[in-house]
Amino acid sequence: MTKKKSCVSYTKWGYVFLLPFFLVYTIFNLIPLVQTFYYSFFENYRSGLTTIGPNFVGFSNFVNIVSKFNLLKFAGNTFIMWVIGFIPQIIISLLLAAWFTDLNLKLKGQRFFKTVIYLPNLIMASAFSMLFFTIFADGGPVNEILMGVGILDTPFRFFSSVGGTRGLVGLMNFLMWFGNTTILLMAGMMGIDPSLFEAAEVDGAKPMQIFRFITMPLLKPILVYVVITSLIGGIQMFDVPQILTAGDGSPNGSTKTLIMFLNEHLFSKNYGMAGALSVILFIITAILSICVYYALTKQND
Amino acid sequence: MKKKLLSVLLSTAMVASLLVGCGDKAEEPAPAEPETEAPAEDEEPADDEVEAPAEDESADAEDESASEWTADLSADTGSVLNIYCWNEEFKSRVTDHYPGYTDNGDGTGAIGDVKVNWVIVPSDDMAYQNNLDETLLKQADAAADDKIDMFLIEADYALKYVNAEGVCISMADLGLTDYMADQYQYTKDVVTDANGNVNGTSWQGCPGLYIYRRSVAKEVFGTDDPTEVQTHFSDWDKFAASAQELADAGWKVVSGYDDAYRVFSQNVSTPWVVDGKIVIDDNIMNWVEQTKDFTDKGFNNKTSLWSDDWAKGASSSGDVFGYFGPAWFIDFTLAGYTMDDADGEAAVGNGTWGDWAAIEGPQGYFWGGTWVCAAQGSDNQGLVADIMYQLTCNPDVMKEIVTADNDFCNNQPLMEEMAASGVTNAFLGGENVLEKFCAGVTSISLENSSIYDQGMTEQFQGAMKDYFDGNVDLDTALENFYTNVETRYPELTH
Repeated sequence: MTKKKSCVSYTKWGYVFLLPFFLVYTIFNLIPLVQTFYYSFFENYRSGLTTIGPNFVGFSNFVNIVSKFNLLKFAGNTFIMWVIGFIPQIIISLLLAAWFTDLNLKLKGQRFFKTVIYLPNLIMASAFSMLFFTIFADGGPVNEILMGVGILDTPFRFFSSVGGTRGLVGLMNFLMWFGNTTILLMAGMMGIDPSLFEAAEVDGAKPMQIFRFITMPLLKPILVYVVITSLIGGIQMFDVPQILTAGDGSPNGSTKTLIMFLNEHLFSKNYGMAGALSVILFIITAILSICVYYALTKQND
Repeated sequence: MKKKLLSVLLSTAMVASLLVGCGDKAEEPAPAEPETEAPAEDEEPADDEVEAPAEDESADAEDESASEWTADLSADTGSVLNIYCWNEEFKSRVTDHYPGYTDNGDGTGAIGDVKVNWVIVPSDDMAYQNNLDETLLKQADAAADDKIDMFLIEADYALKYVNAEGVCISMADLGLTDYMADQYQYTKDVVTDANGNVNGTSWQGCPGLYIYRRSVAKEVFGTDDPTEVQTHFSDWDKFAASAQELADAGWKVVSGYDDAYRVFSQNVSTPWVVDGKIVIDDNIMNWVEQTKDFTDKGFNNKTSLWSDDWAKGASSSGDVFGYFGPAWFIDFTLAGYTMDDADGEAAVGNGTWGDWAAIEGPQGYFWGGTWVCAAQGSDNQGLVADIMYQLTCNPDVMKEIVTADNDFCNNQPLMEEMAASGVTNAFLGGENVLEKFCAGVTSISLENSSIYDQGMTEQFQGAMKDYFDGNVDLDTALENFYTNVETRYPELTH
């Protein structure tokens, strides 16, 4: 009898310890999520100091946001800038992670370099953007150097060129995140059984072959994780382009991301439109995550 | 052992940070109390400081006006005066010129035993308005010390606040109407609501001028005398011809795209919005046409308003001949741009300081200006009224502001008197610029303003930048403009 009782009370403590998480999750995540879905069906904004609505309007917010406001363009911008930043990021990170974990190389000062490559991530994105905005301004140091060494005759106006601005956003995202990715990939690589590498070496495999046929396949779970989190982070891209272009998404709206567009709706406290956009973002995020997950795990089965 | 120690440390840090987080909120009101009471005790004798100068002042004014102003603080119960604004301009005016204001050194101030709390939010991208809206809507439920007592507005969106129900206290209710008789009529029109109540007051008038570099004028036109130079810029055709002459000599007539915008946008024949539809006035399109033409011909530096590159044009290494701007622009903005040593003395020899002069330019216009409003629900109405009186109605204080800060004050007889007496401006090379302001201020009309002006201006300049840069054609730029404003103002169509 007593034995049974103590058993039950231990189980109870398990739930008690889980409770804070579920409470916090419900209050700060679940309820707002459900509310967002609810509000997306209403016309509800502020004109001057008077609030209009909420009036139920069905799906008209969703129709408007795609047809009137060209949502696809902003989605395209976001995706392009994510790709520009992610490709160099994953290549450099894989290379660095492979070097850092390669026992044959015996790199010195590993801790120092790991810290250094992670540092850009600690700078606030807005401060980083302000810095880049000043450095790459028409009369900024980069243009002065380029003109000084004779590469350019007139300043290159980075923030008036689509490629220039998108490239800078990509570059900043790359610089900020490659350290983080390197550390994640290193964790994955160090989890691989060293005897596999030794066996491959004994069989005469070259470093490239080891990387391709041992490291990469065994790294897949971590790669899936990196791609998914980076993609979700990419969809939420906001602070870097927002500060870099002073909220305009200039030139010609080519650097306006989905979240910057969402932010514009909050000028008039347009909860209906902003809600509709958030719901669309939720669905896109969910679909992309599922796609990437299945694409990368299918071969294992 | 090491690990254990580390984990204990980490968890202590976590718990500690939690406690700190909670503590802040819980304790915040507590220290606020002694803070406000402490100066009260200290300054008990200084209590009359507020009233004393007011009395002095009214003695001066006695012979001029029938009823003299006395600050009536008897109904005031508040211990904190909250003032909402978007830059340091008004703060420095109050600090320097309001009798009895003491600077606490930590960004706040004190008037008698009332603590003055400045809430400064920059106006870019509507941040100031958004913050003000949120706070005003919660005004009724806010604690007495958190209520807004005064807030500042610009002409671009003045109507939004003066026409809103239950937001402003009218000047009549504050007993200021009689004292505002000498103010320029347009400054009262801006803040007059639909029922004819005047809901704000301003200390400055903002007729705009064209401000140019004297040494460059001498080099290119052979003279730096404002009257002579004006003949080269008296209409837009002459302006363009002179721009060409300047360009041939390596100078830009304006710094960037948006410089002349206000000259065109204040001379429009329709407001931005008519019956919920966006209307782009022909004169605004004239600005687009002219700016595109100037850009293609190299008459500007392709910069945007307020950017660093835009401002650099006025420095000794800059190549900009002139800027458009009113009195506050000259002193509060341009003078700073011209100094090579920003912390150095504002005097001839520091960069291009003192090498400037102002002319009427091709067209009269006005730009900006700050109005002070009293918020309903304020528990310091007597003090608010006194600040308004001292800074916007009291000729002695206004004279001080003109002399010390080169502002153009909102008092017609005083300004005309000072202009006639030949007050000169050292930054403008000893020019009597008040004369030109006096001439310009009479033509200001604001009948075509709307509550959307700031948003429209920002978005229109932003969208047109792509067109001037050559990234898009005019139709795309206009389409981008419509999309951007309709996102911000869902009630509008085109």
